[in-house]
Amino acid sequence: MKLTGAQILMEVLKEEGVDSIFGFPGGATIDIHDHLERTDIRHYLVRHEQGAVHAADGFARVTGKVGVALVTSGPGATNAVTGIATAYMDSIPLVIISGQVPTHLIGNDAFQEVDIVGITRPCTKHNYLVPSVEELPRILKEAFHIARSGRPGPVLVDIPKNVQQGTTNFKPKQKVKLKSYNPTYKPNSKQLRKVVDLIMAAKRPVIFAGGGVILSKGAEELTRLARSARIPVTMSLMGLGAFPGSDPLSLGMIGMHGTYRANMSTSECDLLIGIGVRFDDRVTGKTDSFASQAEIVHIDIDPTSIRKNVPVSIPVVGDCKTTLEVINSFLAEEDLDKLTDSRGPWLDQIEQWKQNYKLAYIQEAEIKPQYVVEKLYELTRGDAIITTEVGQNQMWAAQFYHFDRPGYFVTSGGLGTMGFGLPAAIGAQVAFPDALVVDVAGDGSIQMNIQEMATAVQYKLPVKVVILNNCYLGMVRQWQELFYEKRYACTCMDHAPDFVKLAEAFGAVGLRATRPDEVETVLRRGLETPGPVIMDFRVAKEECVYPMVPAGAPITEMLLV
Amino acid sequence: MTEEKHILTMLVDNEPGVLSRIVGLFSGRGFNIESLCVAETIDPHVSRITIVTKANEPLVEQIEKQLRKLINVIKLRDLTGSGSVQREMALICVRAKPENRDEILRIVDIFRCKVVDVGPEYYIIEATGTADKMKALVNLLKPMGIKKIARTGTIALFREPH
Repeated sequence: MKLTGAQILMEVLKEEGVDSIFGFPGGATIDIHDHLERTDIRHYLVRHEQGAVHAADGFARVTGKVGVALVTSGPGATNAVTGIATAYMDSIPLVIISGQVPTHLIGNDAFQEVDIVGITRPCTKHNYLVPSVEELPRILKEAFHIARSGRPGPVLVDIPKNVQQGTTNFKPKQKVKLKSYNPTYKPNSKQLRKVVDLIMAAKRPVIFAGGGVILSKGAEELTRLARSARIPVTMSLMGLGAFPGSDPLSLGMIGMHGTYRANMSTSECDLLIGIGVRFDDRVTGKTDSFASQAEIVHIDIDPTSIRKNVPVSIPVVGDCKTTLEVINSFLAEEDLDKLTDSRGPWLDQIEQWKQNYKLAYIQEAEIKPQYVVEKLYELTRGDAIITTEVGQNQMWAAQFYHFDRPGYFVTSGGLGTMGFGLPAAIGAQVAFPDALVVDVAGDGSIQMNIQEMATAVQYKLPVKVVILNNCYLGMVRQWQELFYEKRYACTCMDHAPDFVKLAEAFGAVGLRATRPDEVETVLRRGLETPGPVIMDFRVAKEECVYPMVPAGAPITEMLLV
Repeated sequence: MTEEKHILTMLVDNEPGVLSRIVGLFSGRGFNIESLCVAETIDPHVSRITIVTKANEPLVEQIEKQLRKLINVIKLRDLTGSGSVQREMALICVRAKPENRDEILRIVDIFRCKVVDVGPEYYIIEATGTADKMKALVNLLKPMGIKKIARTGTIALFREPH
């Protein structure tokens, strides 16, 4: 079958089961967009390429499929970089197709030419400049394979215009052969025997679950393990939803803004089982005092994550789900009843920490942002897909919305990308048109990709934006308040647009609440409105996220409400 | 923890951009490169890269893991220690005044080097050997006046089992 490069791309996209693409055309993608229009694949025209990649990312996070973004050369590609880096840090499977100037112009500083393969080398799992149309089918198949396998991540494929136009014989369904890439899925069972012995002997065990559990679809196995061996579970920001947040064994989130009981129990535990985590600095605080009494077991599919930040007694390289299955099968042969007694004092201690220091805030005359999130949780009964921007809004969403299932919390964890939430919500809504998708935003972050409201309106994607509007870049302001003697340098944002009018200008609905008694009404009205809505909650300006561990301090040193 | 020299050798896909991925990994993560050698192997699709780095134990473990994670790195070994043969090469342009010529030639002989170019006031010496030998040679020639020097990094091969 003789096909052009652009047609080959369409064929491979179909083979890979891609039904939605987020993109923005340009001179170097006209051929691809031209063919795309003639397929069943839906193309969502964003308003900025960063939005395209975040939308593909949101789509991938809620479906577990590979998200696809399509951008043009030069500025189209550089605009995509923040989105790519965001996905890279959170191990999200994406394939980013970028147009490139024709091969004979590469290196000539041609119009809209940029070395995007060079630029994205450190923030992609792998990337390709396609040298000829003959190489295109193999490269595209490899790109999807690499993106979704092992520790997932974004893969960029840069396709010069003449490669899109050139023709070659296309053989469908080519097998991927990569001699040097072979991720370890199956864990070493000898290591896991040791883990089981530790679980049975431990008096004060804690499981620390991360995004890897969700990516490997291992949440059920994790829940089985925790419940059968009576091990409390704390989660990283990326891990929220890997274990039911409303389960009595849930300790909530760990780290800089983690719960008191999560941070205390991690510090006091004698066994810490890290699963699909990378012991990020926002989790560990001062590493020397992190879980210093514990044997640390670390399960991850990426060997580089293990022993990168903390010393580990038992490293296990493997897929989280597969590993949890093996541990559970080994545990089934053990006398688990005896754990009921031996775990008693530990679980009592945790319950005491929980009772003494709950996540809290003080109700005052102004709207408290935490109250808005609490009400949102109440009204949606935890059934909404929550995306967030970055900063205080993100932490309050993580703390006060309880996630019982994986794939319902979509947030930029590693890179902390402001402007992520709205396009990610659009991607999630494309994946699940009937789901309630809510972006919990701040007034600062929402302005970073607010242009995507036009995308939401154009495609009738009924995303709801909840702005916790405090007229500040709140998280930085909080640091300034606590550690910079209240010098609020460049964090005051009192010239924001009128978000209600802005919503209307986009053709969406805008609502506002300025008093606590209006919160519920506005939320109800907003959530019931069929199309996209922006809800502007004028919240207390100088509210802080607590608990807070100062950067670099041990995680037991928490500033509390 | 003490930092030690490690000789890492790897087979990589012989493709554009592969060296840049490896060097970028070192610079991006703040790893150290003491020397670097690259050339094609018998298989034209495969190159061998040898990197000498200085790192403590946990760091060198991390460097090796990060390198293995690169899709284009086919195989990697740490060739530090006596299990491998290691060589460097240098071309040294040394000032050769008449009164020093005999001494230089004696050194060339002792170190089993070769004089590959002779001028009225200089020799160019070709030398190969271990890093220690090269250092000793350079130290001996220094007093004569080294005009120019070009050195390779270390290359190494694992000794085949007997």
